[in-house]
Amino acid sequence: MKVVLQNLTKKFPGRSKNDKEVTAVNDFNFEIPDGRLIGLLGPSGCGKSTTLHLLSGLQKPTSGRIFFGEDDVTGLPAEKRGVGVVFQNYALYPHLTVKQNILFPLQNLKGADKLSRSEMLEKAYEAAKLVQIDELMDRKPSELSGGQQQRVAIARALVKRPRVLLLDEPLSNLDARLRLQTREEIRRIQKETQITTIFVTHDQEEAMSISDMIVVMKLGVIQQIGKPQEVYDDPVNLFVAKFLGTPPINVFDGKVRDGKLYIGDEAVLDIRDVPDQEVYVGIRPEGFVLCETGSLCCKLGGVEVMGRDISVVSTNQSSVGPTIRSIISAESKVDTGKAEVRFNVKPNKVFIFNRETEERICFRCSSAM
Amino acid sequence: MGKQVDFEKIEKSDRTRRTAIRIVTYVMLTFWAVVVLFPFYWMVLTSVKSYSAYNSEYIPKLFTLSPTLQNYVDAFTAVPLARYFMNTLVFTVVTTAIMLVVTILAAFAFARLEFRGKHIAFTAFLSLMMIPNELVIITNYVTITNLDLRNTFSGLILPSVTSVFYIYLLKENFEQVPDQLYYAAKVDGTSDLKYLLKVLMPICKPTLITITILKVIECWNSYVWPRLITDDEAYFLVSNGIQEIRENGFGRENIPAMMAAVVVISIPLIVLFLIFRRKIMAGVARGGTKG
Repeated sequence: MKVVLQNLTKKFPGRSKNDKEVTAVNDFNFEIPDGRLIGLLGPSGCGKSTTLHLLSGLQKPTSGRIFFGEDDVTGLPAEKRGVGVVFQNYALYPHLTVKQNILFPLQNLKGADKLSRSEMLEKAYEAAKLVQIDELMDRKPSELSGGQQQRVAIARALVKRPRVLLLDEPLSNLDARLRLQTREEIRRIQKETQITTIFVTHDQEEAMSISDMIVVMKLGVIQQIGKPQEVYDDPVNLFVAKFLGTPPINVFDGKVRDGKLYIGDEAVLDIRDVPDQEVYVGIRPEGFVLCETGSLCCKLGGVEVMGRDISVVSTNQSSVGPTIRSIISAESKVDTGKAEVRFNVKPNKVFIFNRETEERICFRCSSAM
Repeated sequence: MGKQVDFEKIEKSDRTRRTAIRIVTYVMLTFWAVVVLFPFYWMVLTSVKSYSAYNSEYIPKLFTLSPTLQNYVDAFTAVPLARYFMNTLVFTVVTTAIMLVVTILAAFAFARLEFRGKHIAFTAFLSLMMIPNELVIITNYVTITNLDLRNTFSGLILPSVTSVFYIYLLKENFEQVPDQLYYAAKVDGTSDLKYLLKVLMPICKPTLITITILKVIECWNSYVWPRLITDDEAYFLVSNGIQEIRENGFGRENIPAMMAAVVVISIPLIVLFLIFRRKIMAGVARGGTKG
């Protein structure tokens, strides 16, 4: 089922009369192709959960429309939209067994959709098998582990074959290992069922790893939509560049003078077609190359060995953050006895941003120095 | 070796101390139990003494050697106790049933629904709790009399079909159920009413049972209101009926027959208490901390 958001806006009234109203979702326009897994990504308070609530029908938009396929569902209440929702804390009915929990949405079907008892059971077991909990059907939610409860919640959301599946921070209550496992599980289930799935997270790694497309949001405004790798390699502004990637991107105060990009007094790149100006320079951790004669000189802070690669922690006067973190392969040797370390930079890992607007400035590179 | 701690001795003295504490506790509890249970014993004892035996004892004895059930037979045959019993049963069941519907719906509205003036309405409800019951009874009496409902079941039942305190108690309980369950139920296709019936009420069952029991006790024991609003014997409840029996049935002197009637009246409540005592305790304790 294709999902289309058209000029979707949600405003909340201020707490008191004098407070300004808060725009949680500001003029959203995007289209989700059928059968895809979409990650809504942003820091807390960016409106991603509100967007999900608007999609599920639990909240009404201030303006704009929502389409599922060709149907305009903007005015439909949650129970008539045919969505499945998995809530952050799972929201299982504590007084019902797993089986009764999964049956619950089916028992509420009315009219032509009404199912016989055996059909319901069949569907419930089918959904339970899909998430591999068919052996726990007679337990109460309180007798399950977090991961199992999560699966029950997914089964309950899937059992009536929703047109759209919505997941609200589905992994945030699980421990690190289970999280990894469950996110693969979600990916598998989504692939098997081919249900258009939208999930909300503040964890960029989670979003990048399983989404077909990510939507990066900030303060109710969409910043960028695209495939995870594309957004990572080609961020439109400083916020997106900072938000994606672990370790995060290193940001420097820099300037463009006569076709050269300077960090402090050191020219790191030759760039063309950019007028002279003050800029922010963002360099991905993997964009550094260790080199004796490198153009960027940093004070060496320490080296963290991680097996596969090495993380070099250093400082530079122009750096916006307190430290610079660069990832280099484990083969290269870092002399920890030295006070400073020199890098060259990979041009495709360097982004420059306007000082005021923080918008990305595209440049063409003639050569790395 | 001489300085070694004598564990055995310590253990022994500790054991003696604990036994002593336990003995004191049980002596006190026993004393208290006797104080509390003695009136019940006295009631049952008197009810099995015959009228003549009772009158012949200048100082009432603590036991009887010739128990009789004649007083119980009299209670059901000589005076209309059975009718009072039926009246009370109808009154209690109907009042409690209506009260449950009213308080559950009201509590749900206050806890979950959004409507204009919700907070003002709830504050007004709460402030009703400050007004002493005796004051309300006067206005209720005037209202019911004006509605021409004296000596009817409606008149008996109407003023007690709602309870601000129970609404408050239930509302607090409903609000403890996380919002996300409500959202989940919505997404799963339930209406508000269905959510209330299939999710909220099962989850809050302990509180519902508590208020049902408390209400039943309250109904069974109510005296002032039925005494005021009925003067037709056909609508007497056991509470004011017993007064009637005393005045006009057995006569003031026939204490053993009176006691038999009182025992009969008390039994349903005692049975109820024994069955649900844990739930009643829990409910009262919770009501105490919340109220």
